[in-house]
Amino acid sequence: MTETPPSPSPDAGPDDRRAVMTLAAAATGEELAAVRALAPAGVTDLRAPETGLVMVRGRMGGDGAPFNLGEATVTRAAVRLPSGTTGFGHLLGRDRARARDAAILDALWVEGRARDRLEIDVLSPIRRRLDAESAKLAAETGATRVDFFTLVRGDD
Amino acid sequence: MYVSVKGGEAAIRRAHRLLADRRRGSRDVAEIGSDQIAEQLTLAVDRVMNEGSLHDRALAALAIKQARGDLVEAAFLVRAYRTTLPRFGASRPIDTAEMVVERRISATYKDLPGGQILGPTFDYTHRLIDFGLEEASETPGPEAADALPVTPGSTPRVTELLAREGLVEVEPRGEDGEVGDLTRSPLRIPAKRDVRLQQLARGDEGFLLALGYSTQRGFGSTHPFAGEIRIGRVEVEFDVAELGFAVPLGEITVSECQMINQFSGSAKVAPTFTRGYGLAFGQAERKVMAMALVDRALRTEELGGEVIAPAQDQEFVLAHADNVQATGFVEHLKLPHYVDFQAELALVRAMRAEHAARAEADAADVVEDHFEEAAE
Repeated sequence: MTETPPSPSPDAGPDDRRAVMTLAAAATGEELAAVRALAPAGVTDLRAPETGLVMVRGRMGGDGAPFNLGEATVTRAAVRLPSGTTGFGHLLGRDRARARDAAILDALWVEGRARDRLEIDVLSPIRRRLDAESAKLAAETGATRVDFFTLVRGDD
Repeated sequence: MYVSVKGGEAAIRRAHRLLADRRRGSRDVAEIGSDQIAEQLTLAVDRVMNEGSLHDRALAALAIKQARGDLVEAAFLVRAYRTTLPRFGASRPIDTAEMVVERRISATYKDLPGGQILGPTFDYTHRLIDFGLEEASETPGPEAADALPVTPGSTPRVTELLAREGLVEVEPRGEDGEVGDLTRSPLRIPAKRDVRLQQLARGDEGFLLALGYSTQRGFGSTHPFAGEIRIGRVEVEFDVAELGFAVPLGEITVSECQMINQFSGSAKVAPTFTRGYGLAFGQAERKVMAMALVDRALRTEELGGEVIAPAQDQEFVLAHADNVQATGFVEHLKLPHYVDFQAELALVRAMRAEHAARAEADAADVVEDHFEEAAE
């Protein structure tokens, strides 16, 4: 395949970028590592992978005022491509390589040059696995749906 | 109070080596992997994440292995680990309405939109030991019936159904500003509900269970119904300043319980159903049910009721719910108190001597009186 020209993709807004990040957050380390083959030489670390805490909040009654449920480990990283584009990775857990790969994925996606390859080599396989898994879960869970019959007492 | 002691280093080192050996157990049995704990002792892992107040399955599983299965010790290890990490910030509040539901039941509505979904539950099992599990065997996969699949967003909250009729109190949305945080400032009584819920979320399951049970037995009854219990995955989002939007960090499993309580009203509030709320990491159904009962009990005063039972007493509940704190204070009694005890020993000896002297003197008085009476 010939190199696609850099496309600024004016149609791709933060929502699309967020959607890619959602995929990255659900990806395994192995799936994300596929991005390394697409990364140009000379990716620099703006922020070396670092593990810390994010306080997870819930809402009272599910829909009321917020409260602190408990913390979660999160690892973050930021990278810069030789073109100057920066990318960020923020993932639950303590896997530094995964966070850095997510940052590279973000940077490559924002840069836009390799979006087609990203789609084929990285994003599609993740999406396919997630779709299959959620369909399986939905069916397995749906199989435990019950109907409780209220027994009528007395005369009928 | 205890004082520093010196010495015993060799004994301590050997004790810890012995501990490591006993943790490993018989070398004839394969060593357990923390991945096996994470996958096969999932509910223990969930409990340690909650009481350790840190969501990290792999870490909690490792802590359980290190603690020889002592879940309070494991929570302690997790708490200690979290102090080594910087805080990046707070997430956006998770949205349990958007949960990918794996279990969702209601004890108040038989036919509720989205249906009753049992999911992986111990309910309706006969609690008979399955000796088949003694031997490793192929576990059949779950059935995937042609039933209606469970789709995200297809399960509205039960409380919303009641709220439409105005029969249940509406949670004030509140400003998403200042949220009380026990990891930053110590507990103060009276505590607001945000702080109370945080403390209950990391509180000891056994303690909360006992308190919840006590309300059912009449020590501050709240007439509860399990309006809804749901378990499933939710996305955690985190605002990143550099990006200007909320970044998805990944999904976590949470359990949620909406307890609905009959309430005949008070001077302040018209008769309505009131609510107690429970939320926890992982599959922690008993925990969130107990939490919801205790949350409602702790709201007694704000609903115009009189605080008469332990579960309604903020200080009693909140100051004693944290098992890491509790075990620290109870177990510190094991540490050397030699000097303290020597002082107490001297004191008790002195008091006994005084007591004996007084008894002797009293006896002498009695004898004297007796002789005096006899002489008269």
